[in-house]
Amino acid sequence: MNSIQARFKLDWPGFSLDVDLSLPGRGVTALFGPSGCGKTTLLRSIAGLERPPKGLLRVNGDLWQDDGIWVPTHRRPLAYVFQESSLFPHLSVMGNLQYGRQRASQANAFDLSQVIELLGIEALLSRKPDALSGGERQRVAIARALAVNPRLLLMDEPLAALDMQRKQEILPYLERMQKTLDIPIIYVTHAPDEVARLAHHIVMLEHGKVSASGSLHDTLSRMDLPLRLGDDRGVIIDARVSEIDKQWHLARLDFADGAFWTRDQGLALQDTARLHILARDVSIAREKPQQSSIQNILAGRIDRCVDDDVPGSVIVRVLIGETPLLARITARAVADLALKPGDAVWVQVKSVALAR
Amino acid sequence: MWTPDPEVWQAIWLTVQLSAIVTLILLIAGTPIAWWLSRTSSAWKAPIAAVVALPLVLPPTVLGFYLLIAMGPEGPVGRITHSLGLGQLPFTFPGLVIASVFYSLPFMVQPLQNAFEAMGRRPLEVAATLRASPLDAFFTVAVPMALPGFLTACVMTFAHTVGEFGVVLMIGGNLAGETRVASVQIYDYVEAMHYPQAHGLAAIMVAFSFIVLLLLQIWRPVTRKGV
Repeated sequence: MNSIQARFKLDWPGFSLDVDLSLPGRGVTALFGPSGCGKTTLLRSIAGLERPPKGLLRVNGDLWQDDGIWVPTHRRPLAYVFQESSLFPHLSVMGNLQYGRQRASQANAFDLSQVIELLGIEALLSRKPDALSGGERQRVAIARALAVNPRLLLMDEPLAALDMQRKQEILPYLERMQKTLDIPIIYVTHAPDEVARLAHHIVMLEHGKVSASGSLHDTLSRMDLPLRLGDDRGVIIDARVSEIDKQWHLARLDFADGAFWTRDQGLALQDTARLHILARDVSIAREKPQQSSIQNILAGRIDRCVDDDVPGSVIVRVLIGETPLLARITARAVADLALKPGDAVWVQVKSVALAR
Repeated sequence: MWTPDPEVWQAIWLTVQLSAIVTLILLIAGTPIAWWLSRTSSAWKAPIAAVVALPLVLPPTVLGFYLLIAMGPEGPVGRITHSLGLGQLPFTFPGLVIASVFYSLPFMVQPLQNAFEAMGRRPLEVAATLRASPLDAFFTVAVPMALPGFLTACVMTFAHTVGEFGVVLMIGGNLAGETRVASVQIYDYVEAMHYPQAHGLAAIMVAFSFIVLLLLQIWRPVTRKGV
């Protein structure tokens, strides 16, 4: 029973939530959508901070809500990271870490120093929260959540209140955490880059309803994606470093059906990497381009063409072997090249971003 | 040079006792009311808040009059105290305490309510996600965070009880060592044309009130928000 089953129905004036979800019992699930779509309300309902009149919630075999069953928040073995770190101002950093830990029966099995090291807050322990920077506070808040040794970690836009620099400061910690922990994490965000970096599974929400749900790879390459991602539309590909070219500062990353060259960003051989390839960075040619500055040119076959959100723009899905890539090109290019499903084409990938 | 009567010390001591007891009772009784008012969305919130605030606008004589009726031999409270063998409350120190509790209620409830409201719900939600039951969270998060509010509320309640006069006259009368508090003692002195004694006691009251208000200004109550 390693899964999370969540069914909620809630009607407020001007807002309703109606979801029926089955989420994996491990890995990071991103709840993604525009503000006001209900992602935070859904997360709060899972935590028991909201009480939808109708609901069923089962987490890895434990029933938390059903008709006549309601486990209050403080009895649910979860942890929650809020958008603002919400540290207790009257307690030191250590006091904040200990607060939940002293109350959680299963916390003793978990080494606090491990959490402190994971989030790099050794030097902050005796300080009061108002003596910390925004990024430090959020790291303490995450550590405080982990210190209770939760069986489910809920995170509500933990990076949204931070500027770009602070965000970059925390993301590596989140990645380490996500790799180290063996518990499901539900992560609310409206930032596609956070999804690309952290998530394994994605739930897209619109107007209080689920518009798409599935593994990140499958969902992002879907053509009928209801959510308008605009420039952020793209696919995620898992790869492994197979060659480092010291002379040109390049790294070769192999994926199931081919390889990309990318700037060497300090990766080591055999490192796994997650590539984020945006549709706007992919173009299509009938003939294999000769003498192009673009290093990544791959042979593929057109799977589908669909109009993009923007008039005059088309999203083309090309399969490289079994791996889908999305290309955003103009409608005129589609007409000029007479592109249609089944055609063999060459794709040029201008930029391959390392999501992690 | 003014040499205070023994009566002056007696009146001051009685006033301090009364104010301290009333502050303690209201701390215990007013905190849940303030907490409820700060959290509830019940339709009863507005009427209850208005009742709590009534002593702010009512003439103390009105409040005293009704309390006198209620605690008198024919009043509902009076019957109960009589049947319990406690006798009658008017013109006794316990009667004065009860009347003062009503009279000073808003001075305890309102600063606390403000402090709890300024804190918001978030700290308690955080506490709940960290396994704290609502009662646990109240004592370990809400109370420490609202501490400046508690300080203001207690100081205001104490000072306001020291300064009451109308209710005391109505319900307590003027019994030396029993109900004759400082404000009544001053009134007595003036009635009896003992101006030097009235001056001395009045000056103490002015100094006390000024110092209390000064201290409140210096420790400007800042209710802490979650960081």
